[in-house]
Amino acid sequence: MTRLPKSLIIGAIITAIMVGAALLSRVWTPADPTGMNIVARLKPPGAAGLFGTDQIGRDVLSIIMAGAWTSLGIAVVATVIGGGIGTLLGVTAAAKGGRLERLVMSFNGVLFAFPPILSAILLGALLGPGALTSIIAIGIFMVPVFARVTRAAAIQIWARDYINAARMAGKGDARITMEHVLPNISAQIIVQLAIQTGLGILSEAGLSFLGMGVSPPTPSWGRMLSESQTFLDAAPHLVLAPGLAIAITVLGLNLLGDGLRDLTDPRRGQNG
Amino acid sequence: MMLEINDLRVAFQRRNHPPTQVIHGLSLSLERGQTLGIVGESGSGKSVMSLATMGLLPATATATGSIMFEGRDILTMPERDLCKLRGNRMGMIFQEPMTALNPAMRVGAQIAEGLILHKGISRAAARTEALHLLEMVQIPRAAERIDSFPHEMSGGQRQRVGIAIALALKPDLLIADEPTTALDVTVQAEVLDILDDLVTDLGISLILISHDLGVIARIADRTLVMYRGDMMEEGPTERVLRQPGHDYTRKLLDAMPRRVRASLGGA
Repeated sequence: MTRLPKSLIIGAIITAIMVGAALLSRVWTPADPTGMNIVARLKPPGAAGLFGTDQIGRDVLSIIMAGAWTSLGIAVVATVIGGGIGTLLGVTAAAKGGRLERLVMSFNGVLFAFPPILSAILLGALLGPGALTSIIAIGIFMVPVFARVTRAAAIQIWARDYINAARMAGKGDARITMEHVLPNISAQIIVQLAIQTGLGILSEAGLSFLGMGVSPPTPSWGRMLSESQTFLDAAPHLVLAPGLAIAITVLGLNLLGDGLRDLTDPRRGQNG
Repeated sequence: MMLEINDLRVAFQRRNHPPTQVIHGLSLSLERGQTLGIVGESGSGKSVMSLATMGLLPATATATGSIMFEGRDILTMPERDLCKLRGNRMGMIFQEPMTALNPAMRVGAQIAEGLILHKGISRAAARTEALHLLEMVQIPRAAERIDSFPHEMSGGQRQRVGIAIALALKPDLLIADEPTTALDVTVQAEVLDILDDLVTDLGISLILISHDLGVIARIADRTLVMYRGDMMEEGPTERVLRQPGHDYTRKLLDAMPRRVRASLGGA
């Protein structure tokens, strides 16, 4: 039996803990993440709750858990939507080539010119801040990334002889894309999904930090960072907790992406 | 006449440049059951000619002239008709066994898919037929290897799988584009023998493309020599090798090691 890549194991454990905390927060948290207790404000970790309390006495661990649901939820949905549309555009451009390919890639270039923060400000002006605005802004940012990665990978596959063999077998472009191109670029898509979900978490935190993300009282890691800036000297745990949560989650997703790439590569283990 | 190519010209479009013509008026014919060897150095247009014959030229290529397959012109045939023709009546063996098979699909499934698509048979029946084909191309322990991925096989075995895929639908015309170039010399001989036997047994017309005159001499009835998209000469293989009518053919023969030349019959 072949051994699983270490990065996959570590990444999967970290991601599972974060996803588990997010899911658990829907049914249970140590305290109410929105419940204030002014008497117990700015308590250090251990003194009141495992991670201490914030400036209005809310339990930090409970906010981190509830914030995981917000951050992961927005990042995953945005990545799946952006990744789906981007992959569709990328593989279509690779399959059809010519004018359609140039059109798709020019469109991607235009989308790529808008960073998620700028898109969110534009969308925020139209729709108002909130989860939907964050999902659309981050999702739009993902489209050209996936389109470029999948197009580049798919073009290489289309040049292979087994594509000619599939055409010899009487298959059309759509079927070849589904049965021959996508399975052979799935490793790149999976790696990109994991990495982009990590970037999605960073983007969501950035949007919340700027006040463009979910509205209070919905817990959010980015807003926790923003709100705790003024208490950096008095209560550094208020910055450390969401900061570490973001860093560890992104690290876990990146490791997971690397590990999955190694695992899904059909040539894995060929050289020993 | 099974295949008749008349004045085939193929050009590739380039952005902001005039098209580059890579085949300049090629004509040839092939009888049923005959083996035609096409020889020439890299860039002589051999592979483009084979792709044109299969109707597999990329969108950037333009072909003129005619490629008549049993009276119908491939170049003007609608894609739907071409799809029916390919695989069913024509098969192709590719040069590089590493890229000719889908690395993400088991070899049995790759052999079976043409059968399922064209013959409409069940998966189970296609698998049985795939196993029979693997045995036909002499894959050892075929019943086990049918579920192997291409990377689990050697180059020679992969090329045999390629032959099995091409022969699955018992085509009337088979084009083998440098089928032995990527293989060791000992494996080359085995693959050529398998190909020769199957083509003879099944009565298939074969176009064998190679830059190696030794390979052509081994199984081709007729030989066509190409150079930079032009036909240099064409005739019975023995005549072309013993009494080459063109300087370029002589150069090709001179480029071969002396012992191999001697084995071709003192050419």
